[in-house]
Amino acid sequence: MEILLIVILALMIGGAIFSLEAKDLLSAVIAYGIVGFGLVIAFLLLQAPDLALVQIVVETITLIIMIAVIMNSTQEELKTKWGNKTVVYIVLSLVFIGLFLYIFNRTTGALSRFGEHAMRMSKPYLDPGAEKTGSANLVTGVIFDYRGYDTLGEATVLFTAVIGVLTVLRLKGRKSE
Amino acid sequence: MIIYILTIFLFLVGLYGVLSKRNLIKIVIGLAIMEYSVNLFLILVGYVKGATAPILSSDVANKLFVDPLPQAMVLTAIVIGLATTALLLAIAIRIYKKYGTFDIREIKNLKG
Repeated sequence: MEILLIVILALMIGGAIFSLEAKDLLSAVIAYGIVGFGLVIAFLLLQAPDLALVQIVVETITLIIMIAVIMNSTQEELKTKWGNKTVVYIVLSLVFIGLFLYIFNRTTGALSRFGEHAMRMSKPYLDPGAEKTGSANLVTGVIFDYRGYDTLGEATVLFTAVIGVLTVLRLKGRKSE
Repeated sequence: MIIYILTIFLFLVGLYGVLSKRNLIKIVIGLAIMEYSVNLFLILVGYVKGATAPILSSDVANKLFVDPLPQAMVLTAIVIGLATTALLLAIAIRIYKKYGTFDIREIKNLKG
């Protein structure tokens, strides 16, 4: 189980690196699909079936939107010219990434080990959850009952984003004088 | 512990893409990868070894469930992530229509 998770994570990291380094934007998007669908399998292994269902729908929609964008523009990746500055930038980001990894490694001692999570916070939600919300699925119980207003806010964010997309993409704009 | 490190490494791959790539589509992909790794990290923290999904049924013998609170939060975060990614891509395609390129170095009209 743990080894399977590590293999899937390694596959996701490989897909992410290929996606960022690909010469063709279409293959970059397809490789990005590896990351999303690998995440679906990871959610299934971690006993989160609701998340796996949502993630598979969201990933498919994201891929469709990305492919539509690329088909309406260009597939070619920009040609990178290797100057002195490029090397400096890449070295700087690698140094920053190494520093971040080191700090994270030092601070993981404060976390509980993988698979030994203490359920201090969720006890009041777990034990009386079924009687209070009437939902057999405790995740939906939390989302639609205990945190119902948060879900309303989420719907607001979703519709605001839809309005934003429609505003940005509308064909007739005001002519600049 | 190695699983946590690998998840953070995935986050850092996305961060590298955002910091060093000049193509707008690549930057959006990097942001989405970062978001996925954070979601996965929250779920990993809430996992309990040998537990089942938090769904009650009459034939469940053990009452050991994984933590439902991170799952509820990540469910919200996934949907909002889709909305932000769609908005970013819409802005990217408008920029392409105006400037004819995805290169962020060529977009100079807002430069002070």
